[in-house]
Amino acid sequence: MNNEEKGMSLIVKTVTRWLKGFIFLFGAYIVVFGHLSPGGGFPGGVVFAATFILITLAFGREYALKKIGKILASELDSLGALLFLIIATLGIYFTGIFFSNFIEKFHPTGNFKLFSSGTIPLCNISIGIKVGASLFMIFIILSIVRVVFEDGKGKLITTEKKREK
Amino acid sequence: MIYYLCFVLFLIGLYGVTCKKNVVKIILGLWIMEYSVNLFLILLGYRKNGIAPILKKGDDIVEFAQKAVDPLPQAMVLTSIVIGLGVLALMVTVAIRLYQRYGTFDITEMKKLKG
Amino acid sequence: MINLPLFVIIPFGVAFFIPMVSRKIKWVPDVLGNLTTFILLLLSLMTLNQEHVYHIGGWKPPFGIVLVLDGLSCLLLIIINLISFMATLFSIEYIEKRFTSKLRYYSLFLLMVGGMNGTVLSGDLFNLFVFMEIASIASYALVGFGCEASELEASFKYLVMGNVASLFVLYGVALLYGKTGSLNIADVARILKEIPSDNLVNFAFVLLIGGFMVKSALVPFHAWLPDAHPSAPAPISAMLSGVVIKALGVYVICRLIFNLFGFNHLISQTLIYLGVISMIVGVCLALLQSDLKRLLAYHSISQIGYVFVGIGIGTPLGILGGLFHLFNHSLFKSLLFLDSGSIEYQTGTRDLNKMGLLYKKMPITSFSTLFASLSISGIPPFNGFWSKLIIILAAIKSGKSIIALWAVIGSILTLSSFTKVLRYSIYGKGEKWEKEKWEKLKEVPDTMVVPLIILSLLCLFTGLLIIGGTEGIFASTIDVLEGSVLKYINKVLGS
Repeated sequence: MNNEEKGMSLIVKTVTRWLKGFIFLFGAYIVVFGHLSPGGGFPGGVVFAATFILITLAFGREYALKKIGKILASELDSLGALLFLIIATLGIYFTGIFFSNFIEKFHPTGNFKLFSSGTIPLCNISIGIKVGASLFMIFIILSIVRVVFEDGKGKLITTEKKREK
Repeated sequence: MIYYLCFVLFLIGLYGVTCKKNVVKIILGLWIMEYSVNLFLILLGYRKNGIAPILKKGDDIVEFAQKAVDPLPQAMVLTSIVIGLGVLALMVTVAIRLYQRYGTFDITEMKKLKG
Repeated sequence: MINLPLFVIIPFGVAFFIPMVSRKIKWVPDVLGNLTTFILLLLSLMTLNQEHVYHIGGWKPPFGIVLVLDGLSCLLLIIINLISFMATLFSIEYIEKRFTSKLRYYSLFLLMVGGMNGTVLSGDLFNLFVFMEIASIASYALVGFGCEASELEASFKYLVMGNVASLFVLYGVALLYGKTGSLNIADVARILKEIPSDNLVNFAFVLLIGGFMVKSALVPFHAWLPDAHPSAPAPISAMLSGVVIKALGVYVICRLIFNLFGFNHLISQTLIYLGVISMIVGVCLALLQSDLKRLLAYHSISQIGYVFVGIGIGTPLGILGGLFHLFNHSLFKSLLFLDSGSIEYQTGTRDLNKMGLLYKKMPITSFSTLFASLSISGIPPFNGFWSKLIIILAAIKSGKSIIALWAVIGSILTLSSFTKVLRYSIYGKGEKWEKEKWEKLKEVPDTMVVPLIILSLLCLFTGLLIIGGTEGIFASTIDVLEGSVLKYINKVLGS
């Protein structure tokens, strides 16, 4: 395989390949059930980001960037924030009040309904997208630093190419 | 008493920020301060043998209010952790860039700005 | 009635929208950025003389978050959005030439504007902290936007000091919450009136005011300002000096002192003496500088001293003087920073010694610099004169003639410092003036000239706002501060 040389050993790669889907699923579970059980957008988003960080650690930075590009991550980041803002603003449209829980007004609460607590699951999902994408971005941006050893001394270098215009 | 210990932790962080000369140590000092404030906020809402502040159907409100921990400081701490994360990321990025430009983490050697 | 959250929704929405669309289309950030700040300016002008309390999510005050619009927030909203519109107009060409990533610039800029709008509208302590942090983080990033060594150094210094200040504020908020069990400013004020004052409340007060004084750069806390302001791009310097130190510093201090803790003699003395010290120290340090933007940054410290003296006097006349000076300072200081930006844009230097005879080559820039310099040093027809006059009058009327004397001395020193600027850069020659470079100079592009002209005209004519004195256009603003804590409590909580 092409990416055998980069990243960690074969064991780690194999385990990662098996686990990454489950970790991602667990993040999705935390996000979607955030309004009923402890959890919510932020912890779920962190688990999302952890999936990608695990991939980055196991397979190397380049492989992870091929899976989810920098631009895509940044756009998801903006998208999450925008969605959250749109949900909050829709409150003005429906009830005249910013951040009001407008779904409840037309959709009486009860068990076994999808939006059993109004707009909160939607907010959680958008926060999950935002947090996952932005944490991954932060990790990728900070991972440009490498330590190299020259003349017995550790030295920090950056592996960044020329700055994009 | 434990609140005073929080403040002592805050002062330790402040000592780190003011007296250390290494950029990374300054950042660590700031983060000790941040977490001491977060700890203080959490302790404000803490109650011995308290229950999670989730109101279920059929719970008695008065009894619930006596037993549950205060949820507002927890929300505040979550927010302040997120803000802290943002500042930390920015700060570490700036520190990395500073290292790129100056080749050192020592703030006494960074003196392009004077006067 | 305007929906108050719009002041926060619009800048944040556009700030997140810009990075999504403008990777392909190059003109989007410019157009969207300018349009947003223009719309915000119009909206903020519509809030004039209105009072409104907005409950977010429909939750009633002691539990929910409130946005409060009154005279003081209205004044600050107009200042913020006016200066930000001028700065965005100026940055179209400026950022194009000197920096690379326009979409990030506008994104951060709008986050900063939205954060400040939220700060001045919020009626909730923790929410105020959050908005303040949003604005601060954006400004930290914008100070180091160029990624040069000196800019990063200034940004790091600003980050450390600003973050320590934020943590002080957070600790103060936490102490107040522990004491009163509420975060709403009006509700906290109500509870504090009922319980006797003790050391814990005083400690929280000191932490909060100390934290915000770092943000407003009064003299013992000023160390970050002379580095951060010159290092930022010119429109950001104008924003930082004209708006950020006021919205995050002076405004919050006014709000906390007058509407939360209550004003007393000790606070008044502290504010006046800190004000006088920063007034004199700032201007004395400015006299020594030869870097144009650094000189202007020291003058910011000095002028903020005037504002604090005016507010510290505490009589209606003093508050009028302080707030009017705050308004004027944001106009002429941002004009001066934009001027320095356009000089830097053409000559490529900020060193006064290398400039010279600019009035022949850059007439509009020179004229606006002249106007702003006259205004800041307090020459009669300009607005700076009237506000300084009122501060001095208020000091004399309340029996503090020594303070008035120091204010006059500070003003004279300001004049001498700006005579140096005009003498070196515009009407005379610096020591290292190069003729060949000077020959090639020309006026800056049109979009950069327009804000200069608008701000110079405003400098000339806003002196007229003083007509009517304390009964004039500032009446509702003074009413907020002069009325006791009780008035604010009744307005927010509903009597």
